[in-house]
Amino acid sequence: MRIRSVDRKYAVLLASALAILVAPDIARAQGYPSKFDFGTPASSQDIAAVVAIAIGPDGRNLPPGKGDYAAGKIIYANACSACHGANLQGVAGLRDMPAGASLRLIGGRGTLTTKNPVMTVESYWPYATTLFDYVRRAMPFNAPGSLSADEIYAVSAYILAEGNIIDKTIVLDAQTLPRVQMPNRDGFIPDPRPELFK
Amino acid sequence: MHSTDSERLNTKARAIKEALSRIGEPISEAQAKNIAAQEDCECKDGMFALAATRRQIFAGSGLVAAVGMTVMLPRAAGAKAPAGAVEYPVEDDSTKEQGRMMGVDGGYGSRSQFESEVRWTNPTKSAGFSPLQNSYGTLTPSGLHYERHHGGIPNIDPARHSLVIHGMVDRPIKYSLADLKRFPTLSRTYFLECSGTTGSEIMKAREPTVQRTHGLVSTSEWTGVPLSTLLKQTGLKPGAAWVLAEGADAAVMTRSVPIDKCMSDALIVFAQNGEAMRPEQGYPMRLFLPGWEGNISIKWLRRLEISDKPYYTREETSKYTDLITTTGKSRIFTFTMDAKSVITFPSGEMKLPGAGFYEITGLAWSGRGKIARVEVSTDGGKSWNLASLQDPVLAISQTRFRFPWIWDGTSAVIQSRATDETGYSQPTHQQLIAERGPLETGSLFYHMNAVQSWSIAADGNVKNAHPLG
Ligand code: HEC
Repeated sequence: MRIRSVDRKYAVLLASALAILVAPDIARAQGYPSKFDFGTPASSQDIAAVVAIAIGPDGRNLPPGKGDYAAGKIIYANACSACHGANLQGVAGLRDMPAGASLRLIGGRGTLTTKNPVMTVESYWPYATTLFDYVRRAMPFNAPGSLSADEIYAVSAYILAEGNIIDKTIVLDAQTLPRVQMPNRDGFIPDPRPELFK
Repeated sequence: MHSTDSERLNTKARAIKEALSRIGEPISEAQAKNIAAQEDCECKDGMFALAATRRQIFAGSGLVAAVGMTVMLPRAAGAKAPAGAVEYPVEDDSTKEQGRMMGVDGGYGSRSQFESEVRWTNPTKSAGFSPLQNSYGTLTPSGLHYERHHGGIPNIDPARHSLVIHGMVDRPIKYSLADLKRFPTLSRTYFLECSGTTGSEIMKAREPTVQRTHGLVSTSEWTGVPLSTLLKQTGLKPGAAWVLAEGADAAVMTRSVPIDKCMSDALIVFAQNGEAMRPEQGYPMRLFLPGWEGNISIKWLRRLEISDKPYYTREETSKYTDLITTTGKSRIFTFTMDAKSVITFPSGEMKLPGAGFYEITGLAWSGRGKIARVEVSTDGGKSWNLASLQDPVLAISQTRFRFPWIWDGTSAVIQSRATDETGYSQPTHQQLIAERGPLETGSLFYHMNAVQSWSIAADGNVKNAHPLG
């Protein structure tokens, strides 16, 4: 069995994986075709209906539009501050909501080496594109998917400027957002497990 | 900004604010205080503790008879049946009258109205913990399987749902549930565990019961189509290295998965324990990545995008990364769930009725393969003895272990330690803290698999105990 167009590393892995998994249950018995006609070709509309939503660190899939701190401040005050707080420090005691401190969006630089780290967009997130992507898919929590691209650029500019990551004059768009340098950009390392405990 | 823009903005903002005021229902002062009181602990990913629930008195069936406790009293007439049960009349003498006719249940059975095990839901209502303390064998009933979600449970009509596979493929294809079911399928019994489970317990004993310390792990038999079969239909373009999986829930949950996992044992699952998968588990279809942290097995799966790079979504950067506080660096893409075990009986908040024989039992599992052995200590880790393992021992599944114990009625600390077939053994809390740094608040200590201790006092009370006090 061979999968077309996979690079060599995966082809090798694949061969062994298929041997383990598919062989006993599918390939062993005679009469299983290798091709199936089930499913329908996905049209560009099918894809467009869901695809535009994922934004990569390189800025891929960022939509047209733009927004700045001033516009973001208004959006934030009305659509975000009820949960995340006027000062972006999170609101405590909201029903069915996480603890206030986990709704905090800024602050916490320099705390990652303490046993009480404050992990926020400002102190922890490696990419600004993730902010756009996440707000676009999941925020505001009570009305996800309700903001326009301009509004998301604007509220991102507001949060990043309040976190002293960008200047209040910067206009965020598909070109400028991926260029934002997040403070913890180099804070991530590959998984070294399994751990060898002493 | 043009003034029309800002007018539009303000109108929209007002609308959102209004919606918010409807949703953000005011809470009572007492409730607010209660929640605020939990604010000191940020370590539970929104799973903060409530005050300990009413003590559950140990009521294992064998011992009930032995010590003559009566816990199975019929419920008062008119009492509401527990979740998952239907209240039926109780015959005075069930041998003297006909029982109820078949079919009165509409053709779908329910459990006894005298059974009331339920998931424990955290105050933010984002996680439901399995009642491990009263679990038997290795399979979790679908209705008690742990659940965790970030935007509620969507109610999806399969007729309106499809899975689109696109990106670096030769042929983008859309699959309906009916399409999926026509493929050759596989059934596998696998555990699933949230990588946040037990994270709250790293520095001290916080949660009272095994349900709340370890309850975000469960085992089901899952049926679906190997993802490799589907990717073979679409073909992969050279350079395809990652797959973005996306759910159709309000969080539009998204994770990046290395393609080698997708081409090996990944499944697109539509059935659980012999019937359609439950909505809490991702109905009508979910990704299932055996042995990996639960969050990445995206539920309500609607899209797989093949790409050359990971997307660094919020759930694989802000969350589900492991901050090493000694260096300030975080491990990213920490997928595998290492070997872990826990004694489910006796466990926190139970009470042993007296000295004598007890069968210590619990569950062990590893994301890296089969459980090779489980050792049990009844003296706080000074000496260890092999427990017997229930056959069959399946890879990436929970294994039930049992150990006979005569309790002498003095205080004791019981523990279990699992070793998997790779030779990896569960660490202690101290070893984990030495390896990854201490973490009091602020984040969750993901992948926390330290040896769990339960202390038994001379009066029989069982409590969550911690080696660091
Ligand atoms: C109704 C309350 C509510 C409102 C309003 C709200 N959020 Fe959130 N926000 C949450 C909750 C709850 C979470 C955590 C969700 C989770 O972990 O699954 C969150 C998480 C976030 C995060 C991720 C924080 C992190 O460190 O991972 C960001 C960023 C965010 N919200 C931005 C916004 C923005 C921008 C708005 C306004 C457009 C907004 N939120 C409005 C409740 C809210």
